[in-house]
Amino acid sequence: MYVIQAAAVRGRCAGCLMAQSGRRDAPELPDFSLLKRLARDQLIYLLEQQHEVDKLYKVELKPIVSTADQLCFLIRPRIQTVKWISDVVNLDKAAGRLRRYKIIFTPQKFYACEAVLEEQGVFGDVTCDEWAFYLLPLDDDIISLELPEFFRENFLEGDQRWVGAAGGALRLIHSLYGPFSKVYGIGQCAKMVYESWREQVEDGEQKTQQPEIGNVFLIDRDVDFITPLCSQVVYEGLVDDIFRIKCGSVEFGPEVTSSDKSIKVMLNSQDKVFNEIRNEHFSNVFGFLSQKARNLQTAYDKRRGMDIQQMKAFVSEELKGLKQEHRLLSLHIGASECIMKKKTKQDFQELLKTEHSLLEGFEVRECVSFIEEHINRQISMIDSLRLLCLLSLTENGLLPKDYRSLKAQYLQSYGIEHLLTFSNLKQMGLLVEQQPGETLTVMESKVGKLVNDKTAGKLTDAFSSLAKKSNFRALSKRLVLIPKSGEEYDLRVPRDMAYIFSGAYVPLSCKLIEQVLERDGWTGLEEITRMLNGHEFAVSGGANGTESRIKADSQRIVLVMFLGGCTYSEISALRFLGRERGYKFIVVTTAITNSGRLLEALLDNHP
Amino acid sequence: MAFVTANWNPLGEAFYRKTELYEMGWNLKDGLRDCLLAAAPYGGPIGKHFWKKYTLCSTLPMSFFSPPFFSTTLYSKESHWKSGVVRQLGWTVCDDLLCIQEDGTVLIYDLFGSFKRHFSMGNEVGQSQVVEAKVFHSPYGTGVAIVTGASRFTLATNIDDLKLRRLPEVPGLQGAPTCWAVLTQDRQSKVLVANGGDLFILDYTACTAVNPPGLSPQASSIVHMCVSFSYKYLALFTDSGHVWMGSANLKEKLSEVETKVRNPPKQMAWCRRPKSRQPSVVIMWDRHLLVVGEGKDTISYHLEDDSILVPEMDGVRIINGTNHELLQEVPASCEEIFKIASMAPGALLLEAHKEYEVNVAYGINMLPQNYMDKSIGTAAHCLHPHHTEMSDRHQHISAASFGKCFLSNFPPELFVIMCRDLRVLNAVRDYTVGIPLTHTQFKQMTVQVLIDRLVYRKLYPLAIEICRYLKTPEYQGVSRVLKHWACCKVQQKEESDEVIARTISLKLGEAAGISYSEIATKAYECGRTELAIKLLEFEPRSGEQVPLLLKMKRSQLALSKAIESGDTDLVYTVVTYLKNEMNRGDFFMTLRNQPVALSLYRQFCKHQEQDTLKDLFNQDDDHQELGNFYVKASYKEKRLEARVAHLQSAVDEYNKAKNEFAAKTTEEEMRLLRFQKKLEEEKGESLVGFSLHDTLRTLLAVGLHKHAEQLYKDFKVPDKRFWWLKLTALAEKEDWEELEKFAKSKKSPIGYLPFVEVCVKHHNKYEAKKYVSRVTPEQKVKAHLAVGDMEGAADAAIERRNEGEISTILSRCSPTTDRALVERLNRAKSTAAKK
Repeated sequence: MYVIQAAAVRGRCAGCLMAQSGRRDAPELPDFSLLKRLARDQLIYLLEQQHEVDKLYKVELKPIVSTADQLCFLIRPRIQTVKWISDVVNLDKAAGRLRRYKIIFTPQKFYACEAVLEEQGVFGDVTCDEWAFYLLPLDDDIISLELPEFFRENFLEGDQRWVGAAGGALRLIHSLYGPFSKVYGIGQCAKMVYESWREQVEDGEQKTQQPEIGNVFLIDRDVDFITPLCSQVVYEGLVDDIFRIKCGSVEFGPEVTSSDKSIKVMLNSQDKVFNEIRNEHFSNVFGFLSQKARNLQTAYDKRRGMDIQQMKAFVSEELKGLKQEHRLLSLHIGASECIMKKKTKQDFQELLKTEHSLLEGFEVRECVSFIEEHINRQISMIDSLRLLCLLSLTENGLLPKDYRSLKAQYLQSYGIEHLLTFSNLKQMGLLVEQQPGETLTVMESKVGKLVNDKTAGKLTDAFSSLAKKSNFRALSKRLVLIPKSGEEYDLRVPRDMAYIFSGAYVPLSCKLIEQVLERDGWTGLEEITRMLNGHEFAVSGGANGTESRIKADSQRIVLVMFLGGCTYSEISALRFLGRERGYKFIVVTTAITNSGRLLEALLDNHP
Repeated sequence: MAFVTANWNPLGEAFYRKTELYEMGWNLKDGLRDCLLAAAPYGGPIGKHFWKKYTLCSTLPMSFFSPPFFSTTLYSKESHWKSGVVRQLGWTVCDDLLCIQEDGTVLIYDLFGSFKRHFSMGNEVGQSQVVEAKVFHSPYGTGVAIVTGASRFTLATNIDDLKLRRLPEVPGLQGAPTCWAVLTQDRQSKVLVANGGDLFILDYTACTAVNPPGLSPQASSIVHMCVSFSYKYLALFTDSGHVWMGSANLKEKLSEVETKVRNPPKQMAWCRRPKSRQPSVVIMWDRHLLVVGEGKDTISYHLEDDSILVPEMDGVRIINGTNHELLQEVPASCEEIFKIASMAPGALLLEAHKEYEVNVAYGINMLPQNYMDKSIGTAAHCLHPHHTEMSDRHQHISAASFGKCFLSNFPPELFVIMCRDLRVLNAVRDYTVGIPLTHTQFKQMTVQVLIDRLVYRKLYPLAIEICRYLKTPEYQGVSRVLKHWACCKVQQKEESDEVIARTISLKLGEAAGISYSEIATKAYECGRTELAIKLLEFEPRSGEQVPLLLKMKRSQLALSKAIESGDTDLVYTVVTYLKNEMNRGDFFMTLRNQPVALSLYRQFCKHQEQDTLKDLFNQDDDHQELGNFYVKASYKEKRLEARVAHLQSAVDEYNKAKNEFAAKTTEEEMRLLRFQKKLEEEKGESLVGFSLHDTLRTLLAVGLHKHAEQLYKDFKVPDKRFWWLKLTALAEKEDWEELEKFAKSKKSPIGYLPFVEVCVKHHNKYEAKKYVSRVTPEQKVKAHLAVGDMEGAADAAIERRNEGEISTILSRCSPTTDRALVERLNRAKSTAAKK
């Protein structure tokens, strides 16, 4: 099951398409397969040795049909699941069945879960255990905590119970690949995770070893909501948006496989075809795939004119690889065609156009009417919400009139239950009403700035941002998130991270990371962090700082931890940044997210 | 040097020696007569219990002596024994004294004679009385075994986790057995019982008769037995005066010796060091001590006084009224050095070093020529310390150091470690400490345990010194000692809370890994709540403070500390605790001041206690949330009336929250529901629960246009939405006639391009074309393209002179079929570009 990492493959594919612009001296990544082996061994020990489990079933919250006299549940500590287990136990009890029950919580047990067991009167019937499984390496450079609930619970419900788990994950990485020489972060949760990690490190034993990861960057999802809400147009992101990648694998339906079966495919750097197109803008993918197909054909064609000996060598050495590649290639071509069908429709083009206009702050009225039509025609519940949020985020809130009418129309389309969704979105600051008083406060702060900023350039800058009165506008201006319009953007040779959004927008989260790494801290970014509600920090690793400076390689390995999830587009952007600047980024995230997952987490339309 | 071997006695292949450790400092009138005495292994303390047979229930003086020599005041405590008759004394692994009473009660005292706790060996013992008891040690801790007057054995393997096992009956046993011993085999404690000549092994379930292989036939009864320190070997003494030695599993016989003494011995103990060459047992009678080994030879000592034997892993300690001695086998390496005329490298080195001290040149010359080649390990050999006397150690170390100079590749670590160990052993053997450890024992029990034992004796400075000296990691060394010190300090009642708290924080300030909460717990256990709170202030990890604060009923403080810790689980623990402790009003008030706790509790209530959630919102007058709550509740309801009722409550709450928008929308929803219900009853279409949009679509789809119109008007549906809906619905039904009528009914608010597109979508280009002419000029090109009319599109584009549109058309043209068109477009494009 687990993926054996081959350094050779990684080396060869590192900069296939963009090698011309990339730096070749990027350091090697640490080997994360260790994490997988560790977790697997632990689990096997737990299940086989400790509890003698012989069959595994998926938890489906349905009654259990089994004749086994003991049941073992391996679950996340969710109240709902625990309640279900309590029901199972109570049902058995009512039927006079005697069974033994064991619950293994991963990564940890929560007291609230025990409280549920107690309240349901089954506390004495079950025994509990914990499996401290934190990190699932999805790829060479992606590690996931697989905690999709982190986002909602932490940012919406103010429940910080996962902070400890995130800290624990960081501690595990630290103990295996640390010590880190510098930790940067922004966001309240990031700060808490950092503190939790420090505390855990202090409690435990410390050992010195060769540092493999130099810098760590912690970032909250709520620092940048805009990026995950944009439509993804990079191949991997598109596949996720359309087919939903789960734990690094995707199920391609019959429309892709052009047969009547669905195929499950692992999507990672082991898939050579995928590895070369994953970070590409979709418009390049077809060209690449057809080139690849031609190459493959040439490789097959070599057979002609071979003698027996050569043929034998060909069959034993190359044919298997070629066949494998052929299979993958046809799958990806199928997927691309499927994406094409969905995405080249006019609707999608207009959707993208609207998104870009919103990001640029250009023709906003037209965007509003587009959104209105989108809602009225009941095109897509999630997409409509997404556009509403983008509008609110980029414009610093909706005009009171729009706010009411768009909401009313949305409710007409999708039902009154979404009153709760709107209430959630408002709480998160994703969809709000412009406050009439805000202009004044913004003005005041700008005027205050004017006194300090003496240069004329900054003066006009402040004026222009005053006119638009939006944090995103000011941010995008300061960080140059929106490339100048009018210029042709060649998506084949991307010049900055904006290529992941067709050259329309540099993701804010990645830009922040770039800036902080460049400046070695937050100095010079004070204005920006103020606009992002602060909570930034930069801490040096302490005494061994000088020592690890010598080991320059590890200094250029940067671990970025997204609290609340990150998108494949962001990962692509970071990979691009890494190639440009000679960094290697490792992305640790609570879960892989996209606009759909993000918004679905905030829905409250089902009981 | 000549005296070293003076007290060696040969026995078989090995030598045995008896050396004095201490002179006893206790003041006894009658020696050890009428005393119960127990000493713990590994140089442990000695406990003593006076026993006056005539006064069973009156006050019995009792004293503890530890360590047992000159200055006794340090550890001794004399108290009047007020409890019952004590049958047996014993020490636990934690240096606590166990007093096993006749009635089966076991009292536990600490090293300083203060009572800790007690437990019972079972109710049934009370009647029949404990006849004999034994305290034993196993990997599971300290155990106690008793035999009652009813000849039943009861066993507890670990007194800290008390599980009493009543062992099966021994067949034919009346009254007390002749002798018995506890064995630990196969991870289970068993009892070996001799009843006359019969031998039984008792485990938890069965009583098995066994036969020691090769026991001399003269013996008719086994009168004494002993098990070795490691539970590997067993020795039996028979009434014929034979000593049988063998493995404890009774599978192998090692030797059998005739002692020629027939009366039963007072005590018997194994005296065998690990890896020794022969088995040997020490047997003691009233004034006579005998060491027996493999052969017929024995060593015999005369005893001045009543004594007891304390078996150790590498020898036997002998304690009497005046002396404390150690009897052990002389190890081989030691023998080599000191044997008369020994030519072993170690012996030569020692000799050379002695000469060196007198005459430098001669000493060096005395070293054999091949010294360097031959024996790298010589110095180490000489260093091997367990065989050396204290007085000689110094000499040996300097000799080793001397020899080390001649070796280039001798690793210094060995020498350094050995010197360190010896210093530590010397320190603890000092009479003020009184732990006569041998090096073998020290290695076996580890530094950690030694530190623990010093801590039990409250020798904190020495313990800290040793930790520092041995460079033990701080959190298991110095910090641990300091913690114990602090725990002891908080019990000093005479000092004020402030003083103690300050002293402790001063001492502990720097040390790593100190848990102030543990110290505070101790303070609380001693009834010093205020001190505990003061100490908790020093605890940097707020999470650690919480459990104790809860225990002390400082729940408010606990809650804020839990929140500070950032550990939500902990917060939740406190919240549940508060919930049960407080009345509801106070509980809610408390939560109100702690938003983190409140949000957590809300989460829980959402899943578990909906009603509490409502109460919570009510308490806070959070009408917005209450409104949301009712909306949520409404769509869990199946019945319409209940739904509407919930929604009405929601409307009221939204109004109170001044959220007109939500109130209005909710009201509309109620109206919609009623409308749906009515229609459902009339027309049999299932509609209830649909959104307005879906309702309209369903109505249009089934052709209920009138009702749709009514809804459209009643709910002020935007024109655009209605047009879109109707358009799609008609096209879906392919009702082109109706569609045309609809298009002509009035000016379309969504334009006519959607008409074109919808028709095309349903593959009806004919119908689509009807609407192309009505499309606005801006969208005309698109419309033409949608129906596939290239020419028309081109005309429109050229008319509008729009370069972009022309390009779009061009990209859709194929150069072969539409050559003329392409040319025309290109021309128009260039003119458009020129402008």
